[in-house]
Amino acid sequence: MRRLGSRKQRKSRLRGEMVLAGSSPSRKDVLVVEPGDHFYPLSVAAPGSMGRTGSWRTQRPVVNAEKCIGCYMCWLYCPDNTIIMREKAGPRGQDVASIDYEYCKGCGICANVCPVNAIEMVDESKFISQS
Amino acid sequence: MAFNVKALPKKNYIMPGNAACPGCPENIGLKFVSMALGEKATLVVPAGCTSVIQGLWPRQGTSMPVLNIVFAAAASAASGLSRALRIRGKDDIVVVWAGDGGTADIGLQALSGAAERGEDFIYICVDNEAYMNTGIQRSSLTPHGAWTTTTHRGNPGRKKPLPQIVAAHRVPYVATASIGYPWDFISKLKKAASIKGFKYIHLHAPCPVGWRFDPGLTVKIAQLAVETGAWILYEYENGKLRLNPPSNKLVDPSKRKPLEEYIKLQGRFRHLTDKDLEELKKEIEENWREITAILRAQGDL
Repeated sequence: MRRLGSRKQRKSRLRGEMVLAGSSPSRKDVLVVEPGDHFYPLSVAAPGSMGRTGSWRTQRPVVNAEKCIGCYMCWLYCPDNTIIMREKAGPRGQDVASIDYEYCKGCGICANVCPVNAIEMVDESKFISQS
Repeated sequence: MAFNVKALPKKNYIMPGNAACPGCPENIGLKFVSMALGEKATLVVPAGCTSVIQGLWPRQGTSMPVLNIVFAAAASAASGLSRALRIRGKDDIVVVWAGDGGTADIGLQALSGAAERGEDFIYICVDNEAYMNTGIQRSSLTPHGAWTTTTHRGNPGRKKPLPQIVAAHRVPYVATASIGYPWDFISKLKKAASIKGFKYIHLHAPCPVGWRFDPGLTVKIAQLAVETGAWILYEYENGKLRLNPPSNKLVDPSKRKPLEEYIKLQGRFRHLTDKDLEELKKEIEENWREITAILRAQGDL
């Protein structure tokens, strides 16, 4: 079988830590088991245990940084921890919510709990022609 | 109680991109558990949605240690785990994270046994009011009139008063919580973690798939359940009952929002006739009458 990852990564795997080879979350990179690399199948907490769940999305939440007051409500309620608060990044020096579109499932909870309606749900089809 | 959302830990314990459905209340609840208990929590999970949310090898959807166990043994496994940890001199908090079927139906005898023995762990029942993981079958915590795949014409029975059943075991701490009120839930978890003995928290968790509503409304429906009085936030601390905000202001029925606001958003109540609605209102009124009777007997009302 193909040796996987750098020497340092193989060593850390021997200690029971799993280092994903490269940043690509494709299954074939991490499912290769080599004798001496894994003594037991150990799961490690990592983003994307179900793949890129952003592809489940039918509506995309879009943050209006002008309106955002940095109250952290969307961050508090987001079921998937895909809201990343950027500190003091807003136009008025306030904290601003941003969204990790790679994993956001598009449930719309953030748009519903926002007290100032700074998050708008936009149909995902609007973004297809751009990319 | 003052609640500063910015002071909550920023570390992610629930990993983005796990297997939960969009708008999943269990993910929100688990997130609050990790915010309240952090590194100290060890989860014991019987079969349920959370067994799926953990994800498949080699990645895990939550970064808390998990013991997966069969339905009927969640509380007994947690008893052993907690005792073993205490013998080894560790103060980790064992948290059972079980669904309503795993608590009220299949896991009830183990729960009752552990409560009676006074084991030292927190039992959280995530009440999404049916067996959601296996396809929305009725459980004994399904409310009256609700549609499930096994009760097409609405559930003929009524919801089992599980927090009162556990409180009748005279355990040190029993509370109800809702995913719509994280400040309440987190403070209850912190209080439970500071108490020695058996602690029980009943968490109300509206499920968009099983209750047939838009996934964006999960939090709103959880809040409406409390505001309309359908779900009551209270805690028994050493046998003494106390209502928590906002439920403490809703003892007077005229202060509550009309129940229709909560019912109309859910597809599982779409078939309800006026007679069924009256029945549901009567059930809620009875729950409130029981609570207020205890409060009056204590001299708090």
